[in-house]
Amino acid sequence: MNDGARVDIASSPLAGLVEGVRSCKDILLANLVMMAETPAPTFGEQKRVRFLLDRFRESGLDRIGDDEMNNGVGFLPGPEGAPTVAVVAHLDTVFSETDPHALSLGPDRVRGIGIADNSLGAAVLASLPHLLQSLGIEPRANLLLLGVSRSLGRGNLGGIRFLLENSEQKIDRAVCLEGAPLGRLNFTALAMMRGEIRVEVPDEYDYSRFGVTGAIVHINDIINRILEIPRPSRPKTSVVFGSVQGGNSFHELAKKAWLRFEVRSEADEVADMIESRIGDIIEEVRARSGVHIEMDKIAFRRHGGIGFDHPLVRTCRRVMEELDITPKIGPSMSELAALIGHDIPAVTLGLSRGHLVNTAEEEVEIEPIYRGAAQVLGVLSDPEIGGGAV
Amino acid sequence: MNIEPWLESNTFHHSVFWDLRRLVEEKEKRNLKISVCIPTLNEEKTVGKEIVILRSELMTRYPLIDELAVVDSGSKDKTLEVASGFGADTYYSGDILPEEGFKRGKGENLWKAIHQLEGDIIVYVDADITNIHPRFVYGLVAPLIYQEETRYVKAFYDRPLAFSHGIRPSGGGRVTEILTRPLFSLFFPELTALMQPLSGEYAVRREVLEEIAFPIGYGVEISHLIDVYTRWGLKAFAQTDLDKRVHRNQATRDLGKMAFGILQAFLNRCEQLDMLEVKAEVSQILRQFQVNDERIEQREFSIVEEERPPMKTIQAYREKFGL
Repeated sequence: MNDGARVDIASSPLAGLVEGVRSCKDILLANLVMMAETPAPTFGEQKRVRFLLDRFRESGLDRIGDDEMNNGVGFLPGPEGAPTVAVVAHLDTVFSETDPHALSLGPDRVRGIGIADNSLGAAVLASLPHLLQSLGIEPRANLLLLGVSRSLGRGNLGGIRFLLENSEQKIDRAVCLEGAPLGRLNFTALAMMRGEIRVEVPDEYDYSRFGVTGAIVHINDIINRILEIPRPSRPKTSVVFGSVQGGNSFHELAKKAWLRFEVRSEADEVADMIESRIGDIIEEVRARSGVHIEMDKIAFRRHGGIGFDHPLVRTCRRVMEELDITPKIGPSMSELAALIGHDIPAVTLGLSRGHLVNTAEEEVEIEPIYRGAAQVLGVLSDPEIGGGAV
Repeated sequence: MNIEPWLESNTFHHSVFWDLRRLVEEKEKRNLKISVCIPTLNEEKTVGKEIVILRSELMTRYPLIDELAVVDSGSKDKTLEVASGFGADTYYSGDILPEEGFKRGKGENLWKAIHQLEGDIIVYVDADITNIHPRFVYGLVAPLIYQEETRYVKAFYDRPLAFSHGIRPSGGGRVTEILTRPLFSLFFPELTALMQPLSGEYAVRREVLEEIAFPIGYGVEISHLIDVYTRWGLKAFAQTDLDKRVHRNQATRDLGKMAFGILQAFLNRCEQLDMLEVKAEVSQILRQFQVNDERIEQREFSIVEEERPPMKTIQAYREKFGL
């Protein structure tokens, strides 16, 4: 541990922390580069976990290890009797192992696939022990640093769910880190269901009986019927059609087509109702058309959250205000949902401004990272976070 | 021929030097100072990443490097701004030893760096490595720290071609395999054991650097190898496998220019060593051809391999380093 002067957050302006983080920029940016250049497709995060654990080891954390789901864990003890705060970042990205992972570091921006979602979150997690030591900050709580795997898409928050169901470590509250946007403050989770509907026209299909239609027409029919399902304005509910694909050519009827969609709602029962109606639609189209139609439920979340006036949210808002960060409040479907599902008060914080997220041109701005990371340090060292009442 | 035992004792994989704490202890015990020089010309896209990684891992975390410098030939882009923004010392080559004038070329930057930098060991790392990693420096420095008799450490890399049954072809690039290794096979057979003699990453003791001349163009690497070899023998060299290196691929036409410069430098050295006598007048014009609207056009490139003398002969250098 650093023997230098301790920063007493209670009496020091938090703005000083931004300069402190800036003084560690080579560590922070190097971790960002190395994290982002280590491929971590969902279900293939092992190399990133190894890198994260190496960083934890070099910083002298306790109880470092991974589990069968490839979650990486390190523990930094706080004052005796203090609560335990989990700092969580998902390690996986939407990109495959073979996508080009070399990134470029310019004077103002870092560009590379997965840089905002969520290499930056994972890099700040990896840098936290060093930042705390270098700036002489003593957190008011035990810190459980969690790099979680299998978060995105078909991963369905598998890493954090496994950890919450199997770990004996009690978690009193949690702060989740996402690369962008700076100001992001989530403390509620929407009910959500992600599904994939696949239509396949069998080889022996009787076109004379059912008409000359391919898989795309059936997908279109299903989309139109889903749009007819009444959605209440309160609680807020929406259906998002994320992608649709089918067929191979101009002149041949498509044999296969699929649709990926997401149902979101502020009420579990509304999300359940829409899911059930979609099931009915599929049954009906299947019966009328004679084609094979299957639906996979890829991911789901339950609605929940903590209040705007919850002490954890209040702490975050106060720290953000002091650092001149404007909160962007909204629901989340990330690790926060799993934590809230286990009755653990949790927030998600963003770390920088991101651009073209989840594309090949994904970028984050460098300058806001210092405030973004300072905000995390400010929250973790706030006296209220160590209080039993949070 | 000493190739087999030399390969056994002086060829390493970077992973054997993973223990950076021990490496730093050894360096401090031997009271060595290490400088890294990144020669640049319009490298704003990759230089920032190199500096951040090397500073963070080998200066802040493990104090292996004492000095991290960019020596630039006059970039038109933001190379120097990016490099200094991320914490490197930056120099314009023309400002170093101004009384010696300025010549444009990578070898010029490497030569000027000997005067400007303070290290007992200088590590040269090209600026165009897109998969930069600390191993590009510690893998080269470590043999010099652990083995006193080693003076010059060269990098080599995986070049994965088709291979099977556990035999991995450890080949060089196109110019190495078509030009350099055949030339070495003819005149300096022991030097063929260097897997990639033209690689731009190497670490050298100051006492060697100040003794050898520096061609300022393409011939700098091959001249170094011949000069060090003829003076100290194969045992002065070591080489380290740094795994994969991702960088810009050069067009065959550009490799032709490189080969032309290398061949000039090689012939010069052979003549100086009385190994070869070139009786004809040698042209320094490379001729290449291209087809334009079904007409074959000739293109001429003047490639002159100028050379800087050993730094030890420069008065300002002798004064600065108390020689």
